[in-house]
Amino acid sequence: MESTQRTIQLLLKPGQHDGEGQRVAEAAQRHLGLHTGRVQSTALYTVNYPVSDEQLHRFATSCLQDPVLHDVALDEIRHDPQFRSYILVAKLPGVTDDEGTSAQNALGDFLNQPLDTRTQHIFSKRLYLLEEALPEASLRRLAEELLGNKLINRFELGPLTNLRDFTPRPGGGAEIITDQVPLTGLSDEQLVQLSKDNLYALNLEEMRAIRDYYTKPETQHQRRVAGLPAEPTDCELEILGQTWSEHCKHKEFSAIINFRDADTGEERQVDSLFKTYIKDATAEVDRQLRANGNDWLIKVFSDNAGAVRINPESLFVWKVETHNSPSAIDPYGGAITGILGNNRDPLATGIGGAQLLFNTNVLCFGNPDYNGPLLTNQLHPRRIFEGVRKGIEDGGNKSGVPTVNGAIIFDDRYRGKPLVYCGTGAVMPMQLAGEDSWEKKIDAGDRIIMAGGRVGKDGIHGATFSSIELDESSPATAVQIGSPITQKLAMDFLIIATRRGLIKCSTDNGAGGLSSSVGELAGISGGAVVDLEKVPLKYSGLRPWEIFLSESQERFTLVVEPDKLDQLLALGEEMEVELTDIGHFTDEGFLDVRFAGGPVAQLSLDFLHDGVPRKIMEAEWQKPVSQEPQLPANLDYNDVLRQLLGSLNICSRESVIRQYDHEVKGRTIIKPLMGATGQAPQDAAVVRFNFESWEGVAVSNGILPRFGDLDAYHMSAGAFDEAVRQIISVGGKLPNLTPGDNIFWSVNDNFCVPDSLYDPVANPDGKLKLAKLVRMCEALRDATAAYCIPLTSGKDSMKNDFKADGVKISVPPTVLYSMTAKIEDVRRTITSDFKAEGDVVYQLGTTYDELGGSEFYQLYNELGANVPQVRFAEAKELYTLMGQANDQQLIQSCHDLSDGGLAVALAEATFGNGLGAYVQVSEQQSVEVQLFSESHSRFVATVAPEDVVAFEKLLGKKATRLGVVSGDGELTVLHGQRVVIKANTAELREVWTNGPVNQTIGFGQQVAAE
Amino acid sequence: MNQSAAPAASNKVQALILTGFGINCEEEMAAAYRLAGADATIVHLNQVLHGHVSIHDYDVLNFPGGFSFGDDLGSGVVLANKLRYRQNPNGRTLLDDLREFIANGKFVLGICNGFQVLVKLGLLPNLGGDFNPEVTLTHNASSRYEDRWVRLKVNSATRTPFLKGIDSLEVPVRHGEGRLVIPDAATRKRILAEGLNCLTYCDADGCEVTQYPHNPNGADLNCAGLTDTAGQVFGLMPHPEAYLTLYNHPDWARRKRANPGIPEEGDGLRMFQNIVEHIEQQRHAAVLLETNQYSS
Repeated sequence: MESTQRTIQLLLKPGQHDGEGQRVAEAAQRHLGLHTGRVQSTALYTVNYPVSDEQLHRFATSCLQDPVLHDVALDEIRHDPQFRSYILVAKLPGVTDDEGTSAQNALGDFLNQPLDTRTQHIFSKRLYLLEEALPEASLRRLAEELLGNKLINRFELGPLTNLRDFTPRPGGGAEIITDQVPLTGLSDEQLVQLSKDNLYALNLEEMRAIRDYYTKPETQHQRRVAGLPAEPTDCELEILGQTWSEHCKHKEFSAIINFRDADTGEERQVDSLFKTYIKDATAEVDRQLRANGNDWLIKVFSDNAGAVRINPESLFVWKVETHNSPSAIDPYGGAITGILGNNRDPLATGIGGAQLLFNTNVLCFGNPDYNGPLLTNQLHPRRIFEGVRKGIEDGGNKSGVPTVNGAIIFDDRYRGKPLVYCGTGAVMPMQLAGEDSWEKKIDAGDRIIMAGGRVGKDGIHGATFSSIELDESSPATAVQIGSPITQKLAMDFLIIATRRGLIKCSTDNGAGGLSSSVGELAGISGGAVVDLEKVPLKYSGLRPWEIFLSESQERFTLVVEPDKLDQLLALGEEMEVELTDIGHFTDEGFLDVRFAGGPVAQLSLDFLHDGVPRKIMEAEWQKPVSQEPQLPANLDYNDVLRQLLGSLNICSRESVIRQYDHEVKGRTIIKPLMGATGQAPQDAAVVRFNFESWEGVAVSNGILPRFGDLDAYHMSAGAFDEAVRQIISVGGKLPNLTPGDNIFWSVNDNFCVPDSLYDPVANPDGKLKLAKLVRMCEALRDATAAYCIPLTSGKDSMKNDFKADGVKISVPPTVLYSMTAKIEDVRRTITSDFKAEGDVVYQLGTTYDELGGSEFYQLYNELGANVPQVRFAEAKELYTLMGQANDQQLIQSCHDLSDGGLAVALAEATFGNGLGAYVQVSEQQSVEVQLFSESHSRFVATVAPEDVVAFEKLLGKKATRLGVVSGDGELTVLHGQRVVIKANTAELREVWTNGPVNQTIGFGQQVAAE
Repeated sequence: MNQSAAPAASNKVQALILTGFGINCEEEMAAAYRLAGADATIVHLNQVLHGHVSIHDYDVLNFPGGFSFGDDLGSGVVLANKLRYRQNPNGRTLLDDLREFIANGKFVLGICNGFQVLVKLGLLPNLGGDFNPEVTLTHNASSRYEDRWVRLKVNSATRTPFLKGIDSLEVPVRHGEGRLVIPDAATRKRILAEGLNCLTYCDADGCEVTQYPHNPNGADLNCAGLTDTAGQVFGLMPHPEAYLTLYNHPDWARRKRANPGIPEEGDGLRMFQNIVEHIEQQRHAAVLLETNQYSS
């Protein structure tokens, strides 16, 4: 047996196609202008486990090597003489190494030995060999921009004659150090500086409130009894920073806002945006629902996800979150932890163990072709786009959750911080082992069990970090890498354990780690004691506060009754999910954290949860000055339509969509792209719940940041309507139209806004930004009331700014409404594509002179003034009639009108199977308004000739007959008698398909094997 | 998930479906067997590896799709390795059991990741009969994961009962490592001679095609699925279990409009119905044989 470090290298055999190497060479040329020559990619495994030469050889050849594809080199790094330079990509200590873990798993199987999984024995690396002798600076650029991220990877690079390897050597001994952080006697400036230095993200009032807590005689007495110093410990301040962070506490959404309308002089006070516009609005909707015998709203705003009742047996659980800050600095890691973290919310709602049904994602990026300067530590928008896309691919696909719906929005103001919204829908039985599944019950004496992954330094300060602006000094430890496989194991385990009644309730470890999960659960029983020395670590060297605050991924906190512990631990062992008993709940009123018996933190739960001082903020609204533009006369509308179809915000997303698995589980009925061509874009996804019934759920997303430049109220109202009408379009019905109809709707609101806290120097337009947020919330309240659609959960992300080199890039105020609604029979849903020649084409809803903020104006770099407005009463009337028309199965296809207006919707409806349309618009209104206005609450629908009479009788003036579906593959539009558009629909589809998004991501063209 | 150790007392065909460690298509596979009239039991792989569940209590063993162990070492590699090397308390590996299972005339199906496992474990095509890997499945020619619908043509020479009476079918592919690589001409020749390349990517007219996207991954022989020489072990990259009803197809709405009487079953269900029917017939024949023996 030898104990030295061994190396296994896998190289593709000569003649085998090296797709990765080829992609690196092409990307280096295309994105960085670097000529690498041929690139060869090889895999390296460093084995730090005692194996004999014979064992190493057999392990490499029978477990790692694919005999068809690979050659193996042992204890040497082999390369052809034609290669001149190299880049080795290793992982920094403690960074998730799934490939190394897999190899270690294989070694355990091969040796038939249980390897000590607490230690990492195998480290995986990639070695790239380059034909050209590139200078070190070019190699570093290639490494950092294409091959990895310096926050998580260690790169070795240079000429091949000087090849260096790197293997992480995790930390030294344990650091059982708990420091005091004295607050007594600090000046206001010193308090603020302390908060900034330690990334507590607390303001002066909050720091003072903490100091006051510690100086109270009562506190001092308790601390003496507990054996803690009079001054706070590092762990205590970290817990307070996390619990009081904007991310966890929503201080700005709970603030008192003094609102002033500068145009009218009106002044008023808003007592918490959340309470006024979200919680109270939903309570009112719930009252109306219940009054009408619709009592399906089960859980709102009080758990990880909202829950509504599908039928007497099951609940639908729905949550949408954002993961913006991490995605800005590590796009892949940020997005994958975003989607996996969001999965844990429905999984750990109530008792826990919901079955995930689908994912959605809505992404906002800067233009991928941006060619301006980049600030320090700012990543290029294309790189963020590609990294986030890959993260969502792996996060969803590897978890076996279909990604069924989404959107990608481009605006250069997202180039500092992208917005990454991740949504997850799940189904949970109403009863689990005889208990109401949505309840979280905890009693003193229940055990605290940590399940899933281990703890490292990754993700420390995530909660506080996402509550501040990003700047060039943003901490590397805030980045995490998700491990979908670890989470999948934990997920399978939770489903079985909850059904057997072994778990009393659960929650996920997300932002704030144990501090957040245990801190919140302790609020239910009235206290908790945690013994940190029991927490399994990825490596040594963590201080107690780091263990408590770490956001290492794929972890759940389970509440388990002592008499069920043995059974639970046995199940964990069977399913290979690590479970650790780390403490218990109490009813003594304190969060008590210890390490090996020594006190680390003790905080009164009252102070922890309710001690944060309330914020008071200033808002001032002023309507922007805007006017309608003068556009060139005699536009060629064929040309305009082509430009629109090929524009960044309208063109096909197929290259992205096809890399997401949108049909695993076999339940997806309406996918993102449909039709014989598989290229007709759909309005909402439809997923059935199981294989035993045809009940299902429709899913849509409404987001319209462009309109916010004209009026944030109408932007928010429009986004809400967009999500509603997409569901109506696929055949959904509004809720509460008839008593006891039991058609649930469940909405998540997600606000992502720039820093809206006024500061005369740092944020001079903060009052206006906050006023926009207030107006967005007002629209939300009006929309929920108008449609009687409840919010069930949501999120606000308040500091979406990127600051570096004295420049600040702020996102436009953005709100996403993610909507779900019950579908009674998925077989009766409707897709957007035209179905048959001779069907009659209608426009449903009214077009107004509302070109303001349109994609059409955008072509001419104009904003305009007339922002589209939602007329709720009119819209509700139309949606109700459409529901009736669908009951009679009168509608053959339906597509909502949004970006690009009627012209784009007509074109898209032909993309499914090569049909065309012959339509005529009214002479009473201008061509441009009719074709390109983005007025809300409108559709293009088709009706079979035999149903025309019934349809027109039902819809009355809500439907305008436009023309017929033609078999000739031509889209012809007449204004009166004048032909304004005549285009071949196959060509239009080609323009749309070859747009900038598919160009950036590239299509899956077959590459000739070498 | 059913965690009971023994199959239900029932006369129905018994399908065992493995799950755990990143497998994620077990539910639709179970639904497929149930719709085809069989009993489907989903068990965690460790229940089998630890000897709590015996595969010999079942008629057909199924390896569903997914990302077993994250597929970080190459699709299916870690799982295949576990089946080959990990010993249960009696010192047997699951490969030992699989050998016996197949020798008993039973059936094995692997879809997507499950197909990859069967190939890496040497169960497919197993020309040498010694369970050594002879071909491989690796990264698509495009180097990317892709979800799209394809059409497959069934090799008329195939012996597998799974494909009996099927000429062609539509199914989705959802994989990043589905390119079949056959390392040498001799292997290729034997696969062709024995008709083991049971499924071929083709165009809408049923003609074999090499071009992307009809052949979505660049597979040798445009091959989407393989059987062993007896037709008992069958693996394929596309997902028949994802096309159990008409409403899974991207063009279902237009097809239903064009043909209101169109059957609600999807193409994918056929192969599950086939195998269940085949096993039922086998049993029936065995009972007849037994009766004859007694009566003679």
